[in-house]
Amino acid sequence: MLRYFLKRLLSLALSLVAASVVIFLALEVVPGDPAAYMLGLNAQEDTLNALREQLGLNGTILERYLSWAGGLLTGDFGISYTYRTPVSEMIGDRLWVSLPLALYALTLSTLIAFPAGIWAASRRGSYVDTGVMGATQLGVAIPNFWFAMLMVLVFAINLRWFSAGGFAGWEAGFLAGMKSLTLPAIALALPQASILTRVMRSSLLDTLSEDFIRTARAKGLTRAQAMWRHALRNALIPVLTIMGLQFSFLLAGAIIIENVFYLPGLGRLVFQAISARDLIVVESVVMLLVFAVIVVNFAVDLAYALVDPRLRRRR
Amino acid sequence: MRLTKLGSGLISVLALAAGISMAHAKSDIVVAMQLEPPHLDPTSAAAGAIDSVLYSNVFEGLTRFGPDGSVNPGLAESWSISEDGKTYTFKLHEGVKFHDGSDLTAEDVKFSLDRARGEDSANAQKALFAGIESVEAVDPTTVKVALKEPNGSLLFNLAWGDAVIVAPETIADIKSKPIGTGAFKFSNWVQGDRIDLEKNADYWGTPAKLDNVTFKFISDPTAAFAAVMAEDVNAFVGFPAPENLPQFEADPRFQVLVGSTEGETILSTNNKQPPLDNPKVRKAIAHAIDRQAIIDGAMFGYGTPIGTHFAPHNPDYVDLTGLSMYDPELSKELLAEAGLADGFTTTLKLPPPSYARRGGEIIASQLRAVGIETEISNLEWAQWLEQVFKGKDFGLTIVSHTEPMDIGIYARPDYYFNYDNPAFKELFEKLTVENDPDKRSELLKEAQKMISEDYVNGYLFQLAFPTVANAKIMGLWKNQPTQATDLTAVYWED
Repeated sequence: MLRYFLKRLLSLALSLVAASVVIFLALEVVPGDPAAYMLGLNAQEDTLNALREQLGLNGTILERYLSWAGGLLTGDFGISYTYRTPVSEMIGDRLWVSLPLALYALTLSTLIAFPAGIWAASRRGSYVDTGVMGATQLGVAIPNFWFAMLMVLVFAINLRWFSAGGFAGWEAGFLAGMKSLTLPAIALALPQASILTRVMRSSLLDTLSEDFIRTARAKGLTRAQAMWRHALRNALIPVLTIMGLQFSFLLAGAIIIENVFYLPGLGRLVFQAISARDLIVVESVVMLLVFAVIVVNFAVDLAYALVDPRLRRRR
Repeated sequence: MRLTKLGSGLISVLALAAGISMAHAKSDIVVAMQLEPPHLDPTSAAAGAIDSVLYSNVFEGLTRFGPDGSVNPGLAESWSISEDGKTYTFKLHEGVKFHDGSDLTAEDVKFSLDRARGEDSANAQKALFAGIESVEAVDPTTVKVALKEPNGSLLFNLAWGDAVIVAPETIADIKSKPIGTGAFKFSNWVQGDRIDLEKNADYWGTPAKLDNVTFKFISDPTAAFAAVMAEDVNAFVGFPAPENLPQFEADPRFQVLVGSTEGETILSTNNKQPPLDNPKVRKAIAHAIDRQAIIDGAMFGYGTPIGTHFAPHNPDYVDLTGLSMYDPELSKELLAEAGLADGFTTTLKLPPPSYARRGGEIIASQLRAVGIETEISNLEWAQWLEQVFKGKDFGLTIVSHTEPMDIGIYARPDYYFNYDNPAFKELFEKLTVENDPDKRSELLKEAQKMISEDYVNGYLFQLAFPTVANAKIMGLWKNQPTQATDLTAVYWED
């Protein structure tokens, strides 16, 4: 077990180093001088140089990489070029929007997908099943930003139940904060719920045709009892895997939804930083997301080994 | 049942919250704009968004722009100019306090101007201060500015957002905690979302009529439309979706102000790249362009045609559009005279704004009609700055020059469109040292004519500045003589 753990840990470290090099080089290759962007069309050459010096842009590539990567190791993400505040503070602020939004969306998607998937699987072939499958097909097909605009039109402009966007801030109270995240969370959750419903249904159907279900039925359980006691647990493994993937997607991939609802989240931060050539923010946020995904994978690897003893012995 | 109870409880809480905000609406305002300031120091970045939030509201200079672009007294209540035009003596208002309670003194003015023109200054408009020889604090309310040479535009230059007065002891934190002298105090910034200002009770001048101001940043045009329609914001300055303006005009809840800006939108031309180095070819391009078609097609009809690099709302503007009327036949003749009867191919590099992207497509088809083929490439701003502005690697590009009174860029031979005309340089040098308003006006008109007759660039239109606001809000600026959202005189009508 220890050997397995160390091996995983080494591969985690190597992935992180490789990712940091790739991210850094990719942004080096992209043209554009942050100082020129910040100072605009009337700037003079000596002013540009003064600013580049202030920003630490005048060193060699290797020097700049080492100072950035070294900072990351000690938890220092550097200072944003444009905002001139520590990147870690900015990320911290944005996480307070992005993380609750992702959790909210994941909760909604789970609350929709579990009952819908179980219901469809238990009535396989019925009109319920066909209805759920049709609805999820639609849910996967509809672009979430379009659905978001539709909701804004109905619930914000016509009914005035919600504001059209923005974030009230947690200091305005938990309910106010959750309220401003509701429409974005629904928009994000809809396609995820559709996917999850389909996975839930097919995984449950697969499990229901396993031998141990027949055994359970043979010893006298009803179809429903067999499903709730034996099939559901076993069917959850692929569903949980998908949920894990969805969570990292929701955290990193909400850029468009954050723009539609002008929420101050991580996605919008990266978007703004890219257009403003605030390279250090882009690098650090992308690195953080990579780190999150790699760590989640690492945890999943470990969990597999804990759950399934065969994995431990094989390696 | 429990669910309905919870639901109705929730609704009443929400209604209560809505009611509270209604009661305060008369002295509070939520103003939205597209871009968020990167930081809050107007003296060390070109980002117009900084001035859009802070100019005149939080920070003030010795002079300030009025809504019509005129230069009015600001922190300086009066000034005198020496006989030779080289020394300006400014008299500051008495009793002006910074928002942290400290007094504004002549030393602060000296510090601000010296910082802006200093060796390691990061001021984006450092050229504004280039003619200053020294700044001297004579007594706490008197400042003497000595110039190397007479400079007729000094008072104008000092009105820019880049020339506001800051205090030395607050400079370290200015990017996140701006301390100025204006009618509003900075109170809070939720990055990515909003900036809050509150009324400065100790303001030296006419106090603001609003108690609280919130600036919201909404970059997406669809989201902007929704926010105004849902009345989440009371005003949207620089509304990004001109196609929606007629809808707001028809709605009695809103008022639509379409003002002028300092943004001359031009088909910038590389004056050193053959065959564009030939004035005949540039003249041919000018006559091939149908300005109104571009304004209608790219800007939904919002914009004023221009024939030179000057803002039409300026009293010194000369209408020179007649020099480059739409005349494709003449254009073809000119090309033939230049030995290019079969036309030629050049590059057209377009930055992201819609005036460039949509306008570029229209210009390309208009040029094609006279035999000029363009290879269009769409660039991000950073790439545009690198390739076009710095590398001068382009044939044609479309860009809006938004700095006020920036005709002086034609006197810089190394500027990106490569216009090198000693006669213009000489003219501009005369203008710089001229103090007499009538003579200045003459010289400015001459300068406009010279670049128009040289067909330096294709002059398209002056960018319009649309503001959509609640019909009850009074005192908003219609025009944008500088990038600013001056709220000091804004109030709600009863």
